[in-house]
Amino acid sequence: MSRAELPLFDRIFRPRTYTLGNGKTVEERRSRLPLILLLILVAIIVSGEITGFRLSVLIRRISYFFVMLSDMFPPDWAYMPSVWQPLWDTIKMSLLGSLIGALLCIPFAVLSSSNLIRSKVVTAVFKFFFSVVRTLPTLVVALIATYVFGLGTLAGTVAIAVFTFAYCGKILYEQIETVDMGSHEALEALGMGRLSSIRYAVWPQVLPSFLSTVLFCFEGNVRYASILGYVGAGGLGLILNEKIGWREYPRVGMILIALFVAVIAIESLSSWLRSKLT
Amino acid sequence: MNEIRLTPAEMLSREPRKWLMTIAIALVSVILVFWSGSALEANASGGSGLSVARSIILGILHPTPSLLLTLGTNGVPYLLLETMCIAFLGTLVGAVISIPLAFLSASNILPKPIAVLFRVVVMAIRTIPSFVYGLMFIMVTGPGAFAGLLTMSVCSVGMLSKMFMETIEDLDKGILESLSAAGCTTFDKIRYGIIPQLMPSFASTLIYRFDMNLRDATVLGIVGAGGIGAPLIFAMNSYRWNDVGAILLGLVILVLIVEWCSSKLRNALMRG
Repeated sequence: MSRAELPLFDRIFRPRTYTLGNGKTVEERRSRLPLILLLILVAIIVSGEITGFRLSVLIRRISYFFVMLSDMFPPDWAYMPSVWQPLWDTIKMSLLGSLIGALLCIPFAVLSSSNLIRSKVVTAVFKFFFSVVRTLPTLVVALIATYVFGLGTLAGTVAIAVFTFAYCGKILYEQIETVDMGSHEALEALGMGRLSSIRYAVWPQVLPSFLSTVLFCFEGNVRYASILGYVGAGGLGLILNEKIGWREYPRVGMILIALFVAVIAIESLSSWLRSKLT
Repeated sequence: MNEIRLTPAEMLSREPRKWLMTIAIALVSVILVFWSGSALEANASGGSGLSVARSIILGILHPTPSLLLTLGTNGVPYLLLETMCIAFLGTLVGAVISIPLAFLSASNILPKPIAVLFRVVVMAIRTIPSFVYGLMFIMVTGPGAFAGLLTMSVCSVGMLSKMFMETIEDLDKGILESLSAAGCTTFDKIRYGIIPQLMPSFASTLIYRFDMNLRDATVLGIVGAGGIGAPLIFAMNSYRWNDVGAILLGLVILVLIVEWCSSKLRNALMRG
């Protein structure tokens, strides 16, 4: 390899040369690990300065972390009857939101997959649209939704639908782009229309993994929906925020246990369904 | 092979009959939709929702330029830098917590019951919403970026230790056996047999989580735990939509850049 072809790093730190037993010389490039470690170290020091990270404070005062946690136990079991309603609201919100988002993302995902749409501009525009929607923080979407739709579960459902739309849409177009296009071409050669050949050749290939993505997203949404209540978008977060505000920690503990059990139940149901799908 | 020739009509009649299953699934889905629709309560104030939405969107599309370009501690660039630092250190501290948890919950290292126990612990850690952690850490460090960093690290534990655990469970034990056959000590086996197998996947998980943490950093703002979230929520609560537009614009650009870099890095890591 001529000297000019070497990357900058190897031109500064020359590769080590070894002479083998048979007289051949081989070169081993220097490891980049020290450089990477140095960069990470600098980043750690800079961010430690900016965020005010003090290990001594953390060690001295970590016991305060458990103050609130230990106040939550034993939880207030008598409070459970009033947890049911918000808990179901949270689950319903995430279910409907995931469903709406998943249905909405299908046409957009088709429009952004480069193997179905020939125009590069169209796919680039839709892919960019997905990226931008995905970077919008869900909390911000929820807050805006509460201004538009009023306080309540509708706002939360909209926020979850927007998040699901962006997440599932991205994964769906990535899956469509890796699909085997042979059968699609065969159906088009037989004289089938574009849409119906997508329906019979592409759709069956992506459907199982798409459904499992949506289920996975639904799982996460149940957990996330509990935050949305913080901005008044309904569900468990609403009473969670309220009880924390009033410092009724045993009730907070009860809410968290209910959420934990619900999340475990939904996760095991959805992972069972997903194992059936694939 | 003795193949039976069928006419298309016969082939069609051999198609598996799945209509019963299809109808059942459709019925269940429709019932679920109606059931979940029952929770919707729109307290919308009549037709004003649309005009509100219009003014919000118009405001967001006209970001305040002064906020975007000032370099002081109140400007968007500094806030973004602070958010990045919180996400970076938060991910690292999260990794420090998750690596032992991941080894403890890997079923090829510890007996199954203990591994399952630690998995339940990780799940419990994951269930508590981030703003509750935020409030807990504010009691430890006082409001500010430090609390945000700690919150971020605990919130990362759930996903990080699950992904780490999966990597550990995929370890190829053959390499370890051949190393011990070649006479390596335990330390050599860890250095040359385990770490090279785990590092690329761990690094890629960490980069991915950093990406996610940057995106979730707004949640910290609602409890006053530093970063760009707090100014964003304040601006939204006081209807300063132009400022919201400026902050969101900065955040979206930063996240897009970081996402692009992180996918490049992760691709490079995967190719080795």
